[in-house]
Amino acid sequence: MSQLALPHLRYLEAEAIHILRETAAQFRKPLLLYSIGKDSSVLVHLARKAFFPGKIPFPLLHIDTTYEYPEMIEFRDRFTKEIGAELRVYTNRAAVEAGANPYDLGTAKCCHLLRTRALVEGLKEGAYDAAIGGGRRDEERSRAKERVFSFRDREGQWDPRNQRPELWNLYNGRVDPGESIRVFPISNWTESDVWRYIEVEKIPLVPLYFAEPRQVVVRKDTLIPLEANVKLLPGETPVTETCRMRSLGCTPCSGAIRSKARTAGEILVELSVFRRSERENRVIDHDQEGSMELKKREGYF
Amino acid sequence: MHEIVEKPLLRISTAGSVDDGKSTLIGRLLYDSKSIWEDHLEEVSRSRVNRAAHGPDLSLLTDGLRAEREQGITIDVAYRYFGTPRRKFIVADTPGHEQYTRNMATGASTADVAILLVDARKGILPQTVRHATIAWLLGVRKLAFAVNKMDLEGFHHEVFVRIQKQSEELLATLVGATASYFPISALDGDNVVEPSKRTPWYKGPSLLDWLENVDAEPASDGPFRMAVQLVIRPHLDFRGYAGQIASGTIRPGDAIRIQPTGTPARIKRIVSFDGDLDKAWAPMSITLELDREIDASRGDWITAASSTPQRARRLKTTIVWMNEEPAREGAAYLLQHGTRITPVRLARIAERLDPATQTQVRTNELRLNDIGLVELETADALPFDLYRENRATGAFILIDRLSNLTLGAGLIESSLDDEHHSGSLHSSERAALFGHRPCLIDLSERPELAPALERHLLLRHSHALILENEDVPADFLLDAGLLVVATTPRPEAAVQASGLSSDPATAIAELLEALHHAGVFALEDDYVEGEGI
Ligand SMILES: Nc1nc2c(ncn2[C@@H]2O[C@H](COP(=O)(O)OP(=O)(O)O)[C@@H](O)[C@H]2O)c(=O)[nH]1
Ligand SMILES: [Mg+2]
Repeated sequence: MSQLALPHLRYLEAEAIHILRETAAQFRKPLLLYSIGKDSSVLVHLARKAFFPGKIPFPLLHIDTTYEYPEMIEFRDRFTKEIGAELRVYTNRAAVEAGANPYDLGTAKCCHLLRTRALVEGLKEGAYDAAIGGGRRDEERSRAKERVFSFRDREGQWDPRNQRPELWNLYNGRVDPGESIRVFPISNWTESDVWRYIEVEKIPLVPLYFAEPRQVVVRKDTLIPLEANVKLLPGETPVTETCRMRSLGCTPCSGAIRSKARTAGEILVELSVFRRSERENRVIDHDQEGSMELKKREGYF
Repeated sequence: MHEIVEKPLLRISTAGSVDDGKSTLIGRLLYDSKSIWEDHLEEVSRSRVNRAAHGPDLSLLTDGLRAEREQGITIDVAYRYFGTPRRKFIVADTPGHEQYTRNMATGASTADVAILLVDARKGILPQTVRHATIAWLLGVRKLAFAVNKMDLEGFHHEVFVRIQKQSEELLATLVGATASYFPISALDGDNVVEPSKRTPWYKGPSLLDWLENVDAEPASDGPFRMAVQLVIRPHLDFRGYAGQIASGTIRPGDAIRIQPTGTPARIKRIVSFDGDLDKAWAPMSITLELDREIDASRGDWITAASSTPQRARRLKTTIVWMNEEPAREGAAYLLQHGTRITPVRLARIAERLDPATQTQVRTNELRLNDIGLVELETADALPFDLYRENRATGAFILIDRLSNLTLGAGLIESSLDDEHHSGSLHSSERAALFGHRPCLIDLSERPELAPALERHLLLRHSHALILENEDVPADFLLDAGLLVVATTPRPEAAVQASGLSSDPATAIAELLEALHHAGVFALEDDYVEGEGI
């Protein structure tokens, strides 16, 4: 008998490709939520593999909050063009024009308008019946409970107590008009799996992920890189720190960490001694205990 | 220096009664293998709820929903991840309450091994038997009995031995299962990661040691099976069949068959983004190019030519029912098997298994969390292997056509088509084999059309005959599944010759149209409505 095994990264890759193909086959109009971050970069790479030698059979949607780092937008446009993917961008224009910003509204409300509402409306406007996202179960406790094919009602809401059972690798993607499924192909990946995969597959990333001396302000325990949108609060002065982003969000709300890691390999070494989660550097998740579950119920990714 | 050989990923599911310590054990494994972030731990330590006797309540690390933390119980499956230099693990924390049994079955469906928690003070409980039986039914053969809360029983050897003895009766019923036993304290960590000083009488490995070394059955053994997920056609010169290998291995040149048609072909190339492969095995996701143009699409299986699956429309299955609305005999649903979805009818609910007592109870419905023996009839013939031989080709789910909900999980136990080969043919089976249902046609007004109609029907492989003797009843011919063309008046006939065109060719066309209209050839549509055949 052969005793062929698959290294665990290849196991996760095969599982993710299977899920991406199920999504393409089961839905009328799927799309891939492309946040330009490392997880969605991995997703796009997996999608290229899944449909090779064909092209990715669905568009990539970027929810632009208008608080993105310029480097991200530049990377997005170049990369999607290079691989021949179809890019769509959606912004909650009404909210932006009404001046939505985290300073006046607070992070929770701002995030709800510019990310959650924008996403739900963007999906509704395009009548998409499936949205593929880079969520991982190890990110946060409520995500650990979520299905790979996660049902959303007409309002884009998640009901954690009433999820469809999901057995084996049989995914039930049947929905009625207006309802949709959020699909999480890398549910079973951890942060180090993602970095290891980026390393072995040489997946290009936004340079913000790698350490460099940057102009930042130190706010509470977080380093916030100085970008056009970031307002200095009274008493704050910019300093230069060698740092990198562990997870990307909007300019005023995501923090960098002090680090010297300039490659995926160096980041992996760093990760092996890290004791704190990547989401901690996202200011938005600290609002209250269980805040991620609340946001997800409302339609956040 | 020894080189560390990484073992393949291990999928673990937990089981056991409420409060036996499942969530705490997983929290402990995560914590001791340093797979938990400090800020997550701090969040837990700050929590208003803490049911642990001392230290942080590690169960809160996996009970991620608000309702779970507030009620102090696990409601839904949570998947957690941890790893050591030797191996990576995915562990499903499952609920212990009987009303959440379906979630426990979900966790077991993909597991290689199950950890069965037993409270040292309580011993084997009905719920332990229930969970062990369900894990075993779902194909888990390696069981670890973690005798927990040994700290509350003074780490006495006798307690451990008694529970080990108690489990033997249970194990005898789980054919092919092997068990290992661990005296642990999930709360304090004894024998979870490191051997404990408090159990000098225990010489075995720690639970984590065992998990690192246990061998899962590799799916790459067994005959080649792959469900076609989609056909990739970027241009006219390429047609690739994309799928994830369910079992076995494949190489270019291998002989395969498409199922259920049985069409033979050979593998031309195994195509991948990283270049062609000279070999692929389960559970890789691949794209196959075949050596000839054949008709295969999503829903079909590609299987080894040397070892083909069974094929049947009538199946004996075990079903775990997961919906509030009970399953009833005669009800019609959708069945998803591999990548095929087909209408199905629950022909008979034979009995319900009480996994806590391991006895069978006669019934004709299955309620939420019931496990029953059910006979199914599918609209399409399914290529399959028995679940106990192949988890991927022997499993299916049932879906409600209106609510779209997943209603139940099924395991194929055997084919019932064979029994029918020896017994009398069921009318639905005959209709499926003939390609039409029986029908009486009254041509008494236009008897001259009878030979032409008979010829037309025979040419389209229908089974028709002309009945000229008015004294012969048509019933037994219809029972035999035939299309009966009568030239004498038959008022009971479903199709009459009145009002036909005077042109013979047009009249025949009108008659065929009338037969279609009467649903004679529309087998699957009728089936969908849950009646007819
Ligand atoms: N003394 C002691 N208490 C434990 C141990 N393991 C779990 N517990 C406690 O038992 C209770 C139930 O644990 P939990 O992990 O939620 O059980 P589950 O329902 O099986 O997930 C909690 O109060 C735990 O703190 C143990 O090894 N020793
Ligand atoms: Mg629990």
